[in-house]
Amino acid sequence: MSAAPILIVHASGTNRDGDAAQAIELAGGSPRIVHINQLRRGRVTFGDHAGVLIPGGFSYGDSLGAGQRLALELRLWFAHELSEVVTAGKPVLGICNGFQVLVKAGLLGGTSENPPAAASRQVTLTDNARGRFECRWVTLRVEPTVRSSWLGSIRDTIIRCPIAHGEGRFVSADDSVTAELEAQGLVAFRYQDSGATPVVRPDSLRAASGVYPANPNGSAADIAGICDHSGAVVGLMPHPEDHVLDWQRPNGDPGATGLPLFEAFVAAAQ
Amino acid sequence: MPLRVTVTSHSDPEGDAIVSAAPLVGVNGLAECRVSRVYHLDAGDPLDRNDVDRLCREVLVDPVVAEYSVGDAGTAVGRAVEVAALPGVTDIEARELERAAQQLQIADLRVSTAVRYDLIGDLDDTAVAVITRRLLANDTIEQSHEGTLAPTFTVQADAHCEVESVPLAQLSDSELATLSSQRLLSLDTEEMRAIQRYFDEIGRSPTDAELETLAQTWSEHCVHKTFRAAIELTHTTADGRRTVTRHDGLLAALREVTEELDPWWLRSAFVDDAGIVAFDDHFDLAFKVETHNHPSALEPFGGANTGIGGVVRDILGVSARPIACTNVLCFGPVDLPDERLFPGVLHPRRIRDGVVEGIADYGNKLGLPTVNGAVVYDEGYIGNPLVYCGALGLLVNGSHPSAAQLGDRVVSIGGRVGRDGIHGATFSSATMDASTVDSVGAAVQIGDPITEKGCIEVVERACKAGLYNAITDCGAGGFSSAVGEMGEDLGVEVNLEGVRLKYPGLQPWEIWLSEAQERMVMAVSPGSLAALQQICDDWDVELTDLGSFSGTGDLVVRHGDTPVIDMSMDFLHNGLPRREMAATWVDPPSTAVESPPVNDEMLLGLLSHPDVASKEDIVRRYDHEVRAGTVVRPLVGRNADGPADAAVIKPLGTQYTPVAAVLSNGLCPRVGKHDPYAMALSALDEAVRNLVAVGGDPDRVALLDNFCWGDPTRSDRLGSLVRAVQGCTDGARRYAMPFISGKDSLFNEFEGRPVPPTLLISALGLVPDLDRAIDSAGMNVGDDLWLIGRGSGALGGSVADALYSLGATDVPAPLEDPLPRYRPVHSAIAAGLVSAAHDCSDGGIAVAAAEMAIAARYGVAVEVPADGCDAFTALTNEGPGRLVLAAHRSSREALAEMLGVHGRRIGEVTADSRISLQVQGAGGDTTAGAVISVDVQDATRAFTSSVPM
Repeated sequence: MSAAPILIVHASGTNRDGDAAQAIELAGGSPRIVHINQLRRGRVTFGDHAGVLIPGGFSYGDSLGAGQRLALELRLWFAHELSEVVTAGKPVLGICNGFQVLVKAGLLGGTSENPPAAASRQVTLTDNARGRFECRWVTLRVEPTVRSSWLGSIRDTIIRCPIAHGEGRFVSADDSVTAELEAQGLVAFRYQDSGATPVVRPDSLRAASGVYPANPNGSAADIAGICDHSGAVVGLMPHPEDHVLDWQRPNGDPGATGLPLFEAFVAAAQ
Repeated sequence: MPLRVTVTSHSDPEGDAIVSAAPLVGVNGLAECRVSRVYHLDAGDPLDRNDVDRLCREVLVDPVVAEYSVGDAGTAVGRAVEVAALPGVTDIEARELERAAQQLQIADLRVSTAVRYDLIGDLDDTAVAVITRRLLANDTIEQSHEGTLAPTFTVQADAHCEVESVPLAQLSDSELATLSSQRLLSLDTEEMRAIQRYFDEIGRSPTDAELETLAQTWSEHCVHKTFRAAIELTHTTADGRRTVTRHDGLLAALREVTEELDPWWLRSAFVDDAGIVAFDDHFDLAFKVETHNHPSALEPFGGANTGIGGVVRDILGVSARPIACTNVLCFGPVDLPDERLFPGVLHPRRIRDGVVEGIADYGNKLGLPTVNGAVVYDEGYIGNPLVYCGALGLLVNGSHPSAAQLGDRVVSIGGRVGRDGIHGATFSSATMDASTVDSVGAAVQIGDPITEKGCIEVVERACKAGLYNAITDCGAGGFSSAVGEMGEDLGVEVNLEGVRLKYPGLQPWEIWLSEAQERMVMAVSPGSLAALQQICDDWDVELTDLGSFSGTGDLVVRHGDTPVIDMSMDFLHNGLPRREMAATWVDPPSTAVESPPVNDEMLLGLLSHPDVASKEDIVRRYDHEVRAGTVVRPLVGRNADGPADAAVIKPLGTQYTPVAAVLSNGLCPRVGKHDPYAMALSALDEAVRNLVAVGGDPDRVALLDNFCWGDPTRSDRLGSLVRAVQGCTDGARRYAMPFISGKDSLFNEFEGRPVPPTLLISALGLVPDLDRAIDSAGMNVGDDLWLIGRGSGALGGSVADALYSLGATDVPAPLEDPLPRYRPVHSAIAAGLVSAAHDCSDGGIAVAAAEMAIAARYGVAVEVPADGCDAFTALTNEGPGRLVLAAHRSSREALAEMLGVHGRRIGEVTADSRISLQVQGAGGDTTAGAVISVDVQDATRAFTSSVPM
């Protein structure tokens, strides 16, 4: 079988497309970075690909709020193509700015099968609790109860990787929305507290309980990432694509890379 | 009539930050600050309310955390202050909203933005004024008002085209000088006379554009007059002996050493926008460091922002893909009492915070990891901070085309031209005073990183496809410098009529001169233009065809049919008279100082000194992970809070080889206050030992110099500059490391107060195998600790001297023969024998050992060799050539043999989490018990408890 062609969407200001492409390639996929203008002109289509990845960066400078303008473009121009991708069960992954875009486009964050309109969204990603951009390594667990089928093979997996964002605080309109996300298995990743030393054994970890810096941005219920109702669309704030090789870790023992996430993504795209 | 939309967030970290900052500017009554964003929308015709709601719901308002209101400003809750950009200052948010409105088919919407602050608490008029002036708005680029501010939409002006003729004939020397100063030309009388003669010969007066072009091209910033001048130095030693020497060009002296050394891996030095060295058989690395001091003094965010933008364009200017950033910052003390601030100067805290934010904003948005830097605080930088911005790039070996061909088009890509940024080059070539803001406010710009990011993508693809024959960046001087430089040999003909403007109304000379950021100029053969246009369209980058390379050897500029410039390239580039300058230097007298007692507080005091203490609050605002190649980060160790020596970068796309790049820096302004010659060698050594400490090969090091000095027309400033250059050339020879590029920023003075002479040496090297890269924290309990090198015994310029106000003037002696010690250290690291390494810099061996313990969270037990000094001096003296290594006991013999006389075993890593330091006496006897014994936790607290940002 030839490597699954993965579309990596680049809008002006996207900047972790190269990192994501490297991760996809190491996971056995065939990445292709395409500017949204090229998609718009129809020279390349979503349908040509087996999976879609929206990478990190500052699309259009995030001047109107993180991911806001790219989310608008997805809704205005590509709503149909994206819903076809999801219906076909092809995996869609948004990382950092890509996560913000998917939430603001209404592709993530709904608790029912139908994506919400922009104005009736129930969840968002907003300014970090400390009010500033921050770059540091965090520890994540893939939620054991996540409903996403393509994350199924890596449930409970621990990933160490960096965050690098200013607007990564996951917030729900109220606690009942968070509870509903949890009840439906839509929470995909949570920040973990690894204590004084970076350890990677799942049994020694517990949820960050909102405590900085394990929960680096004040996210509700330590939520670092979620999936949609279909399970095809997944988004997270941290950067697993920046830890796919052992030498990329800053300290601690080897292991707990983000590679299994990309392998699961590519496997689902085959 | 524009409509006003106000958007308010439910939670508001920005308001909270203003409340906590208020007491720092002397206002204690601010209880709460609510921040709202204000958008004035104007579509000419009355706006459909449905459209406004659609715009708000679709893009402007996040329904989960914010709400909006349409209409008037409403009643103020407390004292309401509004802040908006001055007309002409880039407002990216407004532009993005206009573009979003277009996509939502809300036609021709024009937007003006403002921020509204509701200040609640016990505040009188003075308090509101102080908060506004010091926390909310900067007059250089913003207007502020209590109440509501009327919107100012994009500057409206009639498009007109006037070229002024400036009569020079018959003007006396003093009239020429007056003309130069009135027009902000920064040209001296000799230079004005050369211009007068040229135009006398061709029989007409220069145009405004010609005069401005000459001023830019001949500015200190662009042509480095001082570094090309013939200088006579009178050097007086401490005992009064006087020698006079001639220096035939400082730049030539630096280049001469590089030509002498000429290693096989050197690809390009001094001729391009950046220096270039080989990475491996396939790729090269480009490296450049620039300064952006004066803009950062006036508008810290914008100044530093565009500083990063500028140096990244230098990397693009050699056809390289930018892959990492660095920055080195010098500020006044952030706790400076207000009464010691000079009038017209921003407080160091505000400058620091704005500069850091500006660097973070630009680097993060470009997707470049900011991996290496330093911060120094000194009263000498109160009136004139220093902001060094560096960038590293990767290019395919030999892929940089650099010769425009006859008939090539002159093509500009990137941002539009506005009035902001005029006189950037001449502004940086003059000293500052309290009125500087008023006269050159226009030289300060706000960056637009996303537009520059587009240029990066286009240049990479255009280079790969071979679509251009030469490229350079539009830096200070705008088109005048870029086109003028590129067309030096062939001559160019340009028409400014087609240049895309941010707003109408610019005079031709302004279009030609404006340093609008985020633009590159290329020489493109007519046959390649369509392909280049296609790439630009795909990547949202605007392209303008300005004209052609003519072959006439003249610079000809028109605006439509109106002649703007017509002069010979030869005069523009070679007509500048060479300066003859006088320099003096007097060696400082030697001073004996008395050492204070050694105790635990001494170590804690050194660790919390602002220059030593953790920079984590700053570093974490920079993305140092993007591009997935950071091997050694700025923060290292078990809790990632120990300081790294240097950054190791594995460029994305080079996984086929284990080779990685190293970036480090050396900066010793405290030494420079006493002896600029020793400072140069100290800084060079610091950069090198930092680089070696992480595994860099001392035989593959390339250097950059960056001189920040006061007014060089004053002989004492120039004397210290000459001494520093002598230090650089002697250092390059001794270390066998070539300078590949450099930059001087002179005139760093505020009302006659020069900055301390400050030389930054940046080093670029290679780690042969990234798996063998180490940091200062990788040691294990039981490892031996080794000391490389001997103490200098000198306290002049040390942190200990500053902390205890000792007044020492004797500075550490430079190394005569450094490579025999660095080569074996490198071999030991490359062989995997060393588990951790850290250089001895600020705070001497005491701080070096403590920082290793903090990073690893282990104890260290060290017997410091006195090397003939008292205990205080032995522990705190700084000087070249020293490193602390950690290594497993089993490597003891191998290391002893490799390191020879350069390495001594001085202790071990312990499990008891205490930093325990003793001093071994000259006769071999050791001080009874530990002179210092500090718990690692206490040391960590001292190290990390600096004033948070």
